[in-house]
Amino acid sequence: MTAGSLVYVYAVAREPAATLVTMAGTLTGVAGSPVHLVLRSPALAAVVSPVPERDFHETALRRHLEDLGWLEALARAHHGVIEAFSTHATVLPLRLATVYRDDDRVRAVLHDRQGLFLDRLGRLDGHVELGVKIYVDRGSDTPSEPAPPAASSSDPPLGPGRSYLRHRRAEQDSRNDAERAAERAAERIEATARAHAVERARHRIQEGELATAPGVNVSNDAYLVPAAHADAFRAEALRSTDGLTGVRVDVTGPWAPYSFAGLPEPDPPGSAP
Amino acid sequence: MNTPDRDPARSGTPLPQRQAALIDLLDRLLSGGVVVTGDVVLSIADIDLVRISLRALIVSISEQNPGPWGAGPAGRTATP
Repeated sequence: MTAGSLVYVYAVAREPAATLVTMAGTLTGVAGSPVHLVLRSPALAAVVSPVPERDFHETALRRHLEDLGWLEALARAHHGVIEAFSTHATVLPLRLATVYRDDDRVRAVLHDRQGLFLDRLGRLDGHVELGVKIYVDRGSDTPSEPAPPAASSSDPPLGPGRSYLRHRRAEQDSRNDAERAAERAAERIEATARAHAVERARHRIQEGELATAPGVNVSNDAYLVPAAHADAFRAEALRSTDGLTGVRVDVTGPWAPYSFAGLPEPDPPGSAP
Repeated sequence: MNTPDRDPARSGTPLPQRQAALIDLLDRLLSGGVVVTGDVVLSIADIDLVRISLRALIVSISEQNPGPWGAGPAGRTATP
């Protein structure tokens, strides 16, 4: 622990095998600093790295988080460390930007929260998170643009009013079709989830400038799936749009179980595989 | 094991293969993860402030597309 530094905590895992200790030594975390483990025998380990206090004290951190470039660097570093560990062990990801004074404070938290951590690690054991997003095609929908004036050569010319209405109707029909297709896909995904997933988390619809994928996002869910079912879940989710037009499904992951690390909801988990 | 910022696509790990889209990452990192009170305390409300401040980027300022079956706030349910 050097002066002017704090301890950034990425995740908690069960007290690890030697390979994890070794791996920690090869990883670079937030702010480019080396990752290490804080052990709390006999049960738990925290994955941590030192971060400069000047950037991570409360005021600075709050200010930095408003800067998208800084936030992205933090998010990617945080994710990189968790991802590396999650390939080898069950990890309980901590909320972004969880920071302590020093390793001893981290050790104390491992001690105080041992029951909670072990309980959640047990729940997540052998599971991965998969993201499933449904998009509806925008199609030719450009609402501000009026219909092209009656230009159809064979039909009797339509007045601009009727032409506009016909255009709007066609637009509306294709939108309704796409929405129905999206609902159908969602039903199929729910059936897939009943067969393979144990929990679902809903994220907010993706909009705004960062939402660059084509189409309109209409659902953005995460599922906790036993690792052995991940491939089947993914394949079935991707097949949910078979025979449907105007709708697209995107599956992301496997992720470390970020969306399922929080407080257990009043379950019971509906259906276990 | 490679460092995570070195070509994650080639790291040979079974978990994600290519760089995650930032928006998918932020969906998870800003609302996921277990909350343990640190010594530097950013409350959940502060993380929400991040969202508010970056709203134009992260979420739409318009309500134009709620989607056919609505989108609750991020929340967890047992599978249907």
